[in-house]
Amino acid sequence: MRRLVLAVAAGVAAELAGIGLMTTAVWLITRAAGQPPLSALTVAIVAVRTLALARGGLRYAERLAGHSAVLRHLAEVRGRVYDALLRRPLARGDALTRLVSDVDAVQDAWLRCALPGAVAVVVGVVALVATGFAWPLAVGLVVTVCVIPWAAHAVAVRHLRVLAPLRSELAERTVVLLDGAAELTAFGALDRELDATGRVVDALAERERRGGLGAAALAALAVVVQFGVALAFLRSGAPAHVVLGSVAVLEVTVPLAAAAQRWAEVRGSVGRVREALRAVEAPVPDVELPAGRVGVVGASGAGKSTFLRALAAAHPGVAKGVLDDAHVFHATVEANVRLARPEASREELDRVAELVDLDVPWDTVVGEDGDALSGGQRQRLLLARALLADPDVLLLDEPVEGLAVEHGDAVLRRVLDHARGTVVLVTHRLAPLVDFDRIVVFEDGHITQDGTHAELVRTPGYYRDRWSTERMAGRSSAGTSTGDGSHSPSNGTNCVNVDDATGTPHRRSAVTAI
Amino acid sequence: MRHVDRGYVVVLAVLAVLTAVVVLAQAEVLAAVLGGAWSAWWLVAVVLVRAGVVWGGRVVTQRCAASMKASLRKRVLRGSTGSSGTSGSVITLVVKGLDAVEPYFAGYLPQVVVAAVVPVAVVVRLSFADLTSAVVVLVTLPLVPVFAALVGLHTRDRTRAQWEGLAVVGGHFLDVVRGLGTLKVFGRAAAQAATVRSMAGAHAAATMRTLRVAFLSALVLELVATLSVALVAVPVGLRLLHGGVTLQVALLVLLLAPEAYLPLRSAGSQFHASAEGLAVLDAVAAQGSPAAATQGSPPAPAQGSPTAPVQGSPAAAVQGSPTAPAQGSPAVAVQGSPAVAAQGSPPGGSPVSILPGRTDEKGSSNAACGQLGERSGAVVGGVSVSGVVVGAVRAPDLRTAEIVVERVVVRYPGREALGGMSLRIAAGERVALAGPSGVGKSTLLAVLMGFVTPASGRVLVGGVDLREIDRDSWLRQLAWVPQRPTLFPGTVGENIALGSTGDVRAAAAEMGLAHLVDAEHPLSSGERQRVALARALVRDDARMLLLDEPTSRLDAGTEDAVLRATRRLASGRTAVVVAHRPVVLGEVDRVVAFG
Repeated sequence: MRRLVLAVAAGVAAELAGIGLMTTAVWLITRAAGQPPLSALTVAIVAVRTLALARGGLRYAERLAGHSAVLRHLAEVRGRVYDALLRRPLARGDALTRLVSDVDAVQDAWLRCALPGAVAVVVGVVALVATGFAWPLAVGLVVTVCVIPWAAHAVAVRHLRVLAPLRSELAERTVVLLDGAAELTAFGALDRELDATGRVVDALAERERRGGLGAAALAALAVVVQFGVALAFLRSGAPAHVVLGSVAVLEVTVPLAAAAQRWAEVRGSVGRVREALRAVEAPVPDVELPAGRVGVVGASGAGKSTFLRALAAAHPGVAKGVLDDAHVFHATVEANVRLARPEASREELDRVAELVDLDVPWDTVVGEDGDALSGGQRQRLLLARALLADPDVLLLDEPVEGLAVEHGDAVLRRVLDHARGTVVLVTHRLAPLVDFDRIVVFEDGHITQDGTHAELVRTPGYYRDRWSTERMAGRSSAGTSTGDGSHSPSNGTNCVNVDDATGTPHRRSAVTAI
Repeated sequence: MRHVDRGYVVVLAVLAVLTAVVVLAQAEVLAAVLGGAWSAWWLVAVVLVRAGVVWGGRVVTQRCAASMKASLRKRVLRGSTGSSGTSGSVITLVVKGLDAVEPYFAGYLPQVVVAAVVPVAVVVRLSFADLTSAVVVLVTLPLVPVFAALVGLHTRDRTRAQWEGLAVVGGHFLDVVRGLGTLKVFGRAAAQAATVRSMAGAHAAATMRTLRVAFLSALVLELVATLSVALVAVPVGLRLLHGGVTLQVALLVLLLAPEAYLPLRSAGSQFHASAEGLAVLDAVAAQGSPAAATQGSPPAPAQGSPTAPVQGSPAAAVQGSPTAPAQGSPAVAVQGSPAVAAQGSPPGGSPVSILPGRTDEKGSSNAACGQLGERSGAVVGGVSVSGVVVGAVRAPDLRTAEIVVERVVVRYPGREALGGMSLRIAAGERVALAGPSGVGKSTLLAVLMGFVTPASGRVLVGGVDLREIDRDSWLRQLAWVPQRPTLFPGTVGENIALGSTGDVRAAAAEMGLAHLVDAEHPLSSGERQRVALARALVRDDARMLLLDEPTSRLDAGTEDAVLRATRRLASGRTAVVVAHRPVVLGEVDRVVAFG
């Protein structure tokens, strides 16, 4: 707060120095035209030189003080946003990214709206007092400090509101256009759809062109007001330095229109940050901890990952592991693994790395969210972290995704052998679940099946279908299966098994593949 | 002047000349009126004209910026529909990112052109009024960029290092909040709160260290501008004292001198706001260049082409006007101005200099706007996915032609999606592909459609390489049912037709969608799936069915519909079905196990 006041004070001083420079210079010249003795001008000459120097220095001081105040304020806001997110977490994704950029927009609100506004108001008041509340200046200030910024804000808000539906239509169309580009191409409809989106783009541009008219008119009005005040002073017989001084004063207040316009753009961000800071503690989900080895299967979006996250949230300190939103921090591999147990020894680190085949040097910096790692390396890092934590309940959400199938199976087997307590495993591959104590099937957010592998393959439903197709592909490593036999391809058909290494197809009977 | 077409530069030049005229006239009139020589009505007139120029300038630049933005949006959209894997960033670019170019087009660029024209005009006028003052301005004006360059040169490495450090620290907050869930799971979230505050504090301190230096160049500009006013005002006042000049001339000199520096200041203050837009333009240009490369046409020629003005913008009209020849190369005009002296100083886009330092014209870089009107039919390529079926051979008739997949390898960035696949599909044969997810079943369908170019190997259709076959004639023979169908804006009927003239209602009725033909979405996932099947049904004359069965569990009605449609579409046609359900496997002649 003290820094902000300092910044405003420096800004006011800088602007007043600028106005004073102009006014004194004009006074000096008009006075000199009367050819007085040189001594009558010395004060003005010194003043002009001093003010000229002061203005630059003060402006520099204002910028530094303003930025310093706002940046420190922002550091505090970041800390509070973090606390708020701790109370009520936001899922990773657009809302979170937007909140972070909203915090950055708060900086703009201060630097480009609040500070210039405060400086202009103070300068205006000082100028009014200095001119003995001359009416032309009073009118000019009211118009440029209140009326025009208010109108500019209203115009900008309306403009943004008019654009909003078109922008969301554009966003929607862009998403489907890109997602569905292959389909559109396949059906020969790409150009048609591109044209339709192009029409939305054109409509948006048309609105933007029209929306600019209001702001342009206000900018022109500001010019008229600025020199209208000068003219009024001129008509009332004011001396030249007052006339030009008033122009210099309004030079400070005219940019408030831009500040108001900017405020219309960032006020949403400021509101969202405020909203986020008010967040109250999120309720802890009520999920009971299962026991033994539990497999969780189901189609994507069926609620498996949500279930696992709820388990972790409901039992902090007990249930840990690899969740679907597991994050890799932009730091070294070691820092990322060690965060599970900061006091772990180097031997312990090496041991978990060996268990999961993590072959990345400890001091490798992993890049943003593990960008510098391959998918498989990233996954093994997450597994190493989970193993190091050594929790009572180990949660694993598709832990070997991104690893080659055999390798993934082997790593997973070692991890399971090593887990000392309960394990909850989400997987799309069913083979590892054969000897699990219990398997639950999620469909549309609910558990629809619950039992052991042997029970589930006997029951018609999702699990049995998946099991059959998985085995159909000849990839199941389980020898204990009980096929249901209802799906054999007609006799005499052949199955081509593709050999990755040579590319030669091996023809063999479909029956042997099953 | 990167990314700008000539028409717009001409518009800006005209505006800058008008601005210069108005600035000179206003100073002239003010001095004359204050000196008692002219009536105040002259001031009224000149102010009204100035307001008009301000209004016109804003309107014109705003309109041009909107048009250029629209063209860029279309360009990015058209260029992105063929590439894969970048949709998130493209959506951000199209919807939000491109808005950042407006401050560049409508704010910074006009100011740069004004900064190139107005100071020259002011100095010329001053030299007629009072040569000494003109010399003072002429000498001090170049000091601005020279000092900015010196400050920049002196601090370049340090600032660059600091900014790189800042990027790390700045990214830290996003990194930490993104990983908040992970921190919580491992019980580290509370401990991290202190780190967040200290990092943010360090961020602020580091930024301030950088800004202290970066603002120095602004300080020099301010000082030179204000000091030169003092340098002009005091001597002129003293000469007035001895009757060396008239009051009117003295006032004119005093009013004009600051105007020489003002545009530089404005351009400087706009520079930051436009930096993001410039980065976006670079991203767009980068997106465009690989396309040009794959098409084998260098982007450079379009640059000089007079046939590619911004669509529908006033620029096009002005381009043919007599003022055009004066504007041989916009870069030259700017280079003549002092602004450009700063060019050497800042490392690309760093804040050291507040002056425009980026006037370099590198090869094709300004093709962006020059090509805005272009509507290239060819689809831009991603890494390996693109409109690759560029051949001109008419597609063989699939009723008789055999399809041979020969050792096809497909690589996506970082992984191999298909590793040496071979397969023979006889005309009329119905084949199911089975195997765990991620082994390349859907990729094979994409290869068959020609959406994906094999890194090695080939696909032969009736003995002709797919790459040599005309894309349209090939795709017309196919009916494709993707795993996750996309619904496009419009009614269900329009979604089924997708350009086809077949019997939409019949197809919809067959899939149990008759009551939804005129409805708009949202639809359930089952209904979505049935729309995709209906799309294939409408194309009754297609000769090959490519069906990617959904992995997710379907409701009984949809399951039934899938089966019915598969049976109906596969009969008498070649069919390649990616199967996830055992029941579908009973409908085919042969199962191919993947893995």
